[in-house]
Amino acid sequence: MSVPHKVGTVKSKQATNVNTQPKAPVAKVVKAAGKKKDEEEATDTAEGEEWMPGKTLVKPSDQLDLTEEELNEEITRVLTANNPNAPQNVVRYGFKEGCYKPIIFVDQMAIHFELEGNLVHKESDEGRRLMAKQAERDDGKGAEKLDNVAKAGDKERKLTNQFNFNERASQTLNNPPRDISCQTEPPPRANFSATANQWEIYDFYVEELKRREKSKEKQEGQVLNKEEDKSKKKMIQAETQSDDITQLAHAAKIIERMVNQNIFDEVAQDFMYFEDAADEFRGEKGTLLPLWKLQYDKAKGLSVTALCWNPKYSDLFAVGLGSYEFTQEERGMLLFYTLKNSSYPEFIFNTTSGVMCVDIHAQLSYLVAVGLHDGCVAVYNLKKKSDQPIYNSTASSGKHRGAVMQVKWQKDDLDSNHNFISVSTDGRVVSWTLVKHELVFTDIIKLPATDKVPDDLKDVIATAGTSLDFHKQKDYHFLVATEAGKIHKGSKYYSSKFLETYDAHFMTVSRVRWNPFHPNVFISCGWDWMVKIWDQTIKSPIFTFELKTSVTDVAWAPYSSTIFAAITNDGKVHVFDLSINKYEALCQQKVVSKKTRLLHIEFNPVNPIIIVGDDRGHVISLKLSPNLRKKPKEKKGQELPKGPEVEIAKMEQLLSSLR
Amino acid sequence: MISGILTLHLLMFPHLELNIMAETVDGKKDEADYKRLHSFPLIRHTDMAEEMRVETMELCVTACEKFASNNESAAKMIKESMDKKFGNSWHVVIGEGFGFEITHEVKNLLYMFFGGSLAVCVWKCS
Repeated sequence: MSVPHKVGTVKSKQATNVNTQPKAPVAKVVKAAGKKKDEEEATDTAEGEEWMPGKTLVKPSDQLDLTEEELNEEITRVLTANNPNAPQNVVRYGFKEGCYKPIIFVDQMAIHFELEGNLVHKESDEGRRLMAKQAERDDGKGAEKLDNVAKAGDKERKLTNQFNFNERASQTLNNPPRDISCQTEPPPRANFSATANQWEIYDFYVEELKRREKSKEKQEGQVLNKEEDKSKKKMIQAETQSDDITQLAHAAKIIERMVNQNIFDEVAQDFMYFEDAADEFRGEKGTLLPLWKLQYDKAKGLSVTALCWNPKYSDLFAVGLGSYEFTQEERGMLLFYTLKNSSYPEFIFNTTSGVMCVDIHAQLSYLVAVGLHDGCVAVYNLKKKSDQPIYNSTASSGKHRGAVMQVKWQKDDLDSNHNFISVSTDGRVVSWTLVKHELVFTDIIKLPATDKVPDDLKDVIATAGTSLDFHKQKDYHFLVATEAGKIHKGSKYYSSKFLETYDAHFMTVSRVRWNPFHPNVFISCGWDWMVKIWDQTIKSPIFTFELKTSVTDVAWAPYSSTIFAAITNDGKVHVFDLSINKYEALCQQKVVSKKTRLLHIEFNPVNPIIIVGDDRGHVISLKLSPNLRKKPKEKKGQELPKGPEVEIAKMEQLLSSLR
Repeated sequence: MISGILTLHLLMFPHLELNIMAETVDGKKDEADYKRLHSFPLIRHTDMAEEMRVETMELCVTACEKFASNNESAAKMIKESMDKKFGNSWHVVIGEGFGFEITHEVKNLLYMFFGGSLAVCVWKCS
């Protein structure tokens, strides 16, 4: 309930004094409130006296006790606007009077609160200046905004608080500019000069036409080539796709060889280092140490029909597999083995008919000539991956009518075409030349018919040739051996008849070979159990050896003119050295089991080993013991002359002793 | 004077004249023959890359056939096309009888015959 405050005069009683006093405990306030009620009620007693309950005045203990008169006394209080803190007795020195004068008018203003504002009136100078500045800043904005800016100008200026944002600038170090220039090389130039005349043009056209005609002729031959190219391209594409596998193949090959060498480690050691010490005590005799036995399981049923060492790689040799019987199924193989990997052949070529003879070119050791049982000759290129021969003689190009018994490479002819010569059971000695894409044949000579054949049938019944060998020095001389037991010496330049004929054996001559050193000596062996050594100038043999059964092959040793080895049907290898023992073999050793016939033998040109092929398709390598490799003993003080002359001299000595 | 001498010569060797006439008749037949046979485009010398060579040869044949009578226009056509295709700057000579010695940028020369009697030489040298 509001108590109206009367400004000016307020009836004062003791109670009110109590009210103005600052001490106002709650109880007293209540009492005061109660007493104010009393006041009001006192003025309005006339109206509200009846309902008010009895009132009791409670006096505080420190209240002044005043008399009634004093209580009713009216005291006027005046509120003035004077500053109570303002000095009322300010005195100032007046220089006029020379004395201090009191100043009546004292500033009564008391500043309770002061706040400096930053509002500037629009119309004032400063305001106008600020507005002008703002207008400059907001030139780009619309005119509408100017008004807003003007209105809110003060506000915006307030936002960019100069105390929070500071502008600072600095200049980084700039690298000084440099000039770099470069002159590229101009594209290369060349000079060219010519004359353009009517006759020049005409000549050139004529030449071109001629060239085109020639190429048309060749196109027929080239059609095959193009097909090969296409197939090669496909192969190349396939190869590039399977690059990983081919790399793996190379690694696998190396591993295969290592594994093989590990398995046959003893054999390899024997091959390199073993020299039979017992030979010293054996007198003249020697032995053959079996090394590797090489076989290929797909070659079962085939016999080894040819062996040939590779002239370039002394561990690589070719094995021709076929069959000597006519009733056997017609298939054949050409395998290449290396002594480094005796478990699997390096190259395998399947042929349509049995292989009868193999020869590897002396210089280009990747060219292999093969003679087949059906009379074809083929040339393989080992560098090419294909299974097919690069040349093949067909029925039209003069192939033999009988099995080809021997092929021999010759030196390149005048046109530097490779060529080889073959002899076969149809009695023809034919030279084959590798021209571009085909084999061109030339008959060299026809073997003369035997005496038994009646004259009118001589042209029809052929004398089968069984072996062929060319002289080492004069390579136009060759020897041909026949089934009839005769050996004919012929020359490439005489095609009508032979130079000499030797009556060698009673039965088929299986092999004839020139001595590698002595120019006049050759050896032959036949099914009549004989091995005969001849001097070409003498009609009868110089040496004759009888081995107990038919001799299938004989070979001279490449390191000595007096050593040779022969193999017989009973599986024995006989090694002879004429300079040591003229009558007996130094070694007669059985190298295969019973019932296996040995068919071919070859000496390795470099190492002292021989390979022997049997009729089961196996090839056995044997090492010659030291006694079999003897060179003449050195005499004290004298240097031993080496070389082919020595060998020839050795042989000559032998021969002269017999004459 | 000169023409007088010429006529004198012809009168002195009438048999030769007849022979010459006969020869020329046959000669024209031969000419026609070999022109037919020899009209294919034949490259005499070039060191261009395969693609460029083929393209240039085709262009030359087209131009020469189009402007069979006007070598200059044919040359102009060839030169402008070559400039656009293979860059500045190309030079073209077309004719039936001329000798030349030129310096060209390596792998940018084509010298060919066409139409039995026309020789075209195209080279680049900037």
